[in-house]
This record gives sequence, C-alpha cells and structure tokens, in this order.
Amino acid sequence: MDQFTLNLIFIGLSFALYFGIAIWARAGSTAEFYAANRGVHPVMNGMATAADWMSAASFISMAGLIAFTGYDNSTYLMGWTGGYVLLAMLLAPYLRKFGKFTVPEFIGDRFYSQTARIIGVICLLIISITYVIGQMEGVGITFARYLEVSKESGLWIGAAIVFVYAVLGGMKGVTYTQVAQYVVLIIAYTIPAIFISLALTGNFLPQMGLFGSHDASGMEFLTKLDQVVTDLGFKQYTAHNGSTLNMVMFTLALMIGTAGLPHVIIRFFTVPKVSDARSSAGWALVFIALLYTVAPAVGSMARMNLSTTMWPGADTGETYSQPAVSLEAIETSPELNWMRTWAKTGLLSWEDKNGDGLIQYYNDTATEGPAAEMAAAQGLQGNELTQVSNDIMVLANPEIANLPGWVIAIVAAGGLAAALSTAAGLLLAISGAVSHDLIKGALNPNISEKSELMAARISMAVSILVATLLGLNPPGFAAQTVALAFGLAASSIFPVLMMGIFSKRINKQGAIWGMIAGIASTLLYIFTYKGWFFIAGTNMLEDTAANWLFGIAPASFGVVGAGLNFLVAYLVSNVTEEPPVVVQELVESIRVPKGAGAATHH
Amino acid sequence: MSDKQSSNAYWQANIRIIWICLVIWALVSYGFGILFRPMVSGIKVGGSDLGFWFAQQGSILVFIVLIFTYAKLMNRLDRDHGVEE
Repeated sequence: MDQFTLNLIFIGLSFALYFGIAIWARAGSTAEFYAANRGVHPVMNGMATAADWMSAASFISMAGLIAFTGYDNSTYLMGWTGGYVLLAMLLAPYLRKFGKFTVPEFIGDRFYSQTARIIGVICLLIISITYVIGQMEGVGITFARYLEVSKESGLWIGAAIVFVYAVLGGMKGVTYTQVAQYVVLIIAYTIPAIFISLALTGNFLPQMGLFGSHDASGMEFLTKLDQVVTDLGFKQYTAHNGSTLNMVMFTLALMIGTAGLPHVIIRFFTVPKVSDARSSAGWALVFIALLYTVAPAVGSMARMNLSTTMWPGADTGETYSQPAVSLEAIETSPELNWMRTWAKTGLLSWEDKNGDGLIQYYNDTATEGPAAEMAAAQGLQGNELTQVSNDIMVLANPEIANLPGWVIAIVAAGGLAAALSTAAGLLLAISGAVSHDLIKGALNPNISEKSELMAARISMAVSILVATLLGLNPPGFAAQTVALAFGLAASSIFPVLMMGIFSKRINKQGAIWGMIAGIASTLLYIFTYKGWFFIAGTNMLEDTAANWLFGIAPASFGVVGAGLNFLVAYLVSNVTEEPPVVVQELVESIRVPKGAGAATHH
Repeated sequence: MSDKQSSNAYWQANIRIIWICLVIWALVSYGFGILFRPMVSGIKVGGSDLGFWFAQQGSILVFIVLIFTYAKLMNRLDRDHGVEE
C-alpha cells in the first residue's frame, strides 16, 4: 500500500471518529452549547483543554524552534506551561464560581458596565481571530502535504470539517471531540520520539534519553550535541547566548498570555464544581506535559540526526573525520528519500555551490574555529544546505528515522488534530462572545433561548468563513499574529480578570482605562517595529535590538502592557468612587466555593 | 493584592498559599531555569547542568506538583472553613 493511501485511511478514520462524536454529543440548549451543561469530568476537561491549547504551533513548530536555538528557546517550554499555575490559582476557580458562560460577561458584571463588557468582547475578538487564522493556515498546509491537494483546497476541506462538528456540537461536541483529538495527537507525537530516542540513546523514554548517553559515540548526549554543533560553527546548544532580560520577559509574556486566553479560560466553565476547576488545570498540564517534555528531546535529537546525516563521520568520531554527504547519495540513496520528499515542499533545499559533489552543512558566518578552517581547507563558497525549515523537524521525523508508513500517516492525522482542535476552541470563544455578549447582552436582551442558540451557530459559521478567507489571503502576518495574540491577552484580559477577583476597590472607570492602556500600548509597540497592521514597510523604527525600548522585544512587550493595565486601573480607581455594595458582595461570593447565588456564605 | 476589607480568615489563608506557590513557581523557572543558572552550573545533570534541566524539564514537573498541591490544600481549607460545595 502506498503512502498516500495510508495517509488517506488514517486521516479519514480520525475524521469519522470526530464526526461520530459530534453527532452523539449534539448540543440542544445554550447551556450545552456554551458550557457543555457543566457536566464534564475534570480529567476529561483536562484532556480537552490540552488539545484545545496545543495548536499547530506546539505540535509542528515548537520542537524545531528549540532544535535550532537550543537552551534560549526554553522560554516556550516554561512559558506555555507556567501559565496553567496562574490559571489554577488566580482565575479558573473563581470564574467557575461566578457561573456564567463567557469572559466578557464576567467583565461586564464585575465592573457593572456595558462599556467594559464591549471592550472585553473587542479584545476577545482580536485575540481569537488573529489566532484562528494561523490554525486555518496550518490545516491548509498539512492537508496540502499529506493529501496532495493544493493549500486552498486543503483549507476549504478543513473549514468544512470544523463547520460540521463545531456548529453542530457546540461546547459539548467540541469537548468530546477534543478528547479524541488529544489521544490522536499525543500518540502521533510520542511514537516517532520513542523510536528515535531508542536509536540514539538506547532509552525508551525520550525524557530520559535527552539527559542520557549517546550510543554511537559513548558520550553524554547533550555533550556530544554541543560538540557537533560547535564544530559546525553554530552556537553551543545548551549555552545561554541571547539577552537574559528578554528571556525572562518573553517567558512571562507567554505565561500571562496563556492565562489570559479566552478560549482556554472558558474550558474551566464546563466542570461541575469549583474544586474541579482547580484540579482540572492540573490535569490539563499533565496532558500538556506529556508533549512538552518530549518536545525538547525531539528537537535536540532531530538536530543531532540532521547534523550526522550531513556529516556521517560525526556520529561515531570527530565531526570532520569523514567527508560530507555526497550529492549523489542525497539524490539516489533510499535512506535519504525524505530529503527528496521534503525538497518538493520547499521546506528543505541544498546546492553544491563549489561543485565538489559534496553537500557541506555548516555556519558560514563563523569567521574562526573548526568550521571556518574546514571551509577554507575544502574551498567552500558558503553553506550548501541552503534551507532547513523549523517545521520539518517534527513532520519529517518518522521519515528521518526510517519508521514504517503508518507512523508517517498517524503524524499527519496528529498535526491535523492539533490544528483543528484549537481552531474549534477559538471559534467557540468567538461565537459565544458574539451571540451571548453582543446579541443577547447588548442588542436584543429579550432573545429566546432557541433563537440565541441559532445566533450562536450562525455567528460560528460566519467566523469559520472569515477565518478561512483570511487564511486563504493572509495579510502577510500569519507567523507574527501569535505573538500579538499573546501580548494582547497578557495586557488586557488577564489583568482585568485578576483585579476583578483579587480587589474590591477596582471600579468600572479603572477597568475600562486599564484595559485600554494595556492594549493600546502593546499594539502601538508591536506596530512601531512590525509595521501598522503588519503591513511591511510601514514600521516607524527598524526591528532590531538596538532600537527596542530598554531592549525589550515586541513579542515580550505584553508584560509591560499588563503592568500599565494594573497601574492605570489602580490610579484611576483610587480617584473615583468605590464600586457599589452589590458588586463588592459579588466579589465576596466568587471567592468562596460554597453556593451558587450571590453572597450566601456569611 | 488583597484589600483591607477582605479580612476573613479563609481568603487570607488562600492568599498565603498562593504566595508560597508563586514563589516556588518563580524560583524553578525564572530562578534556577534562567537567572541563577550560572550559580548552580556546577551541578551536572546528564551532559548539561541543573539550570538547563529546570528550563527544559524540571520546571514543568514542578508546575504540575504545585497545581495539585494547591488543589489539595484548598480542598482542606474549604472544609475547615465550611465553605465547600
């Protein structure tokens, strides 16, 4: 059976499963559509949250980001997990106690202001729509690669699938579909990692293999990797090479941003009790950690495999003890078939610049050291592995390790599961904000439950259409939008929710001006360096470290925005009147788990 | 973060637990993982050092323990103050 048929079977089977679940778990009421009737077991909710949270970026890109940068990109590992500690302690239990359906609804009630609620909706829409464009693009690319269709057709297929199960099932259908998608994606991620770890380190667990020994050389794996990459003229893998300030700031921005993402927060509305919201955050992190502790092993081992493929001598002896891989081997050898497959996608390319029949992979910007000496001795005219995309590190992993065809097919199904589950979660957050906060909350408060459910489904269908159209014609900023989404969530949603719970003194003026200060400053800072609305050439300052304010990268600025939000809210609240007594009682009531009504705990 | 008005013992105890957890949260990630890495670089962990381990694996494991510990402590606190569901 050829690879294409296998891919088709595995992807088809996984979709049949998602559809089956969607039909079984159809939402019949708004409570089911927005919050799955608050009947989801905390462990199940943890699993669904993990799938909701881990997007195409986690599944496809993260290991590659770590592979080519090493220690400095640990920021993603710590940042995208540490946010759950903040969620579990600072937001989730209290918002669950509040017991409503959407994030803007809490902002509106706590700050007794329709304006605050609408600003909350605007923040949520900007965050979720920018995020969903990236997911739809991921779906399109994955379909294009594995089903051999164009990226456009891939996008439409993906949109149709999300439409069926998210519009039909609402939160209830999406929750159980995400549980299935989690299982598919974690199997897809760990199977190749286990095989590769066994081959390189003899360790069954990739988490142990990373800190174990390298079989072929007998050295410790990370020591060997450091040696190989520095021989090739790259920076040491385990060393800290970048700015410490930015590492701290970026990690913090990712953590606060994670805790402020509306589509993650609403998942905690689905569990039966307040105590379940706390433990469910823990379960979510357990399931996320299964992938996040494998990712650094996948990244480092893929980097090792790539280096030793290009320099066969590096595996057992000195890096340059044998000549580089030959052009002939790359073009004909069955073991290197993956290089030819991936060259077709444009994610990998090579060029024999000096015509010696060998492809030398090294850092041609290094002016001294072993790589520069080797380049001089062999008469090289630059690095000959001209393009290696980050994304290849996970997707090509099973092929690099010569794993059977069904493993490749399951990785394809896993990549799609990761992108689709996140897209569905985002679309739920968007449709909830439109139908519940805008239509029921502001435009037509007397809408019947049946009409609201219909409005929720229609707004979701419209969101899918908008996301697909934007995915087809990305405004040129797909890769940067994630940074924007995190920065905005960190600077707007997280601070306002936290102050709403932990302070009784912050009033509506404080919340409104705080949110505006946080978002506006973050947007302004990002646009200054990335261009207005990311249109290239419209940036006011060049995006280099020397130009950054106090050396803070645009992606890390969400932390400063959050700080401004807190500061402005505090100052404005202190010069204006206290919140009404009924609001102060609301805050008292969400702080204790007991009772569903307001202020019943005294 | 708490207000003067919020003097009930349950909430104060919750805030105290949160502070302790967040200190540990910051210590394993920003502390050992980044800022104090040079100070503990003498402690070797499989081909690299303790700071690298915390940054790539240790901090995530500690985060999990922290959340479950918090959930457990809060369940006990809820019962002690009679505010459980």
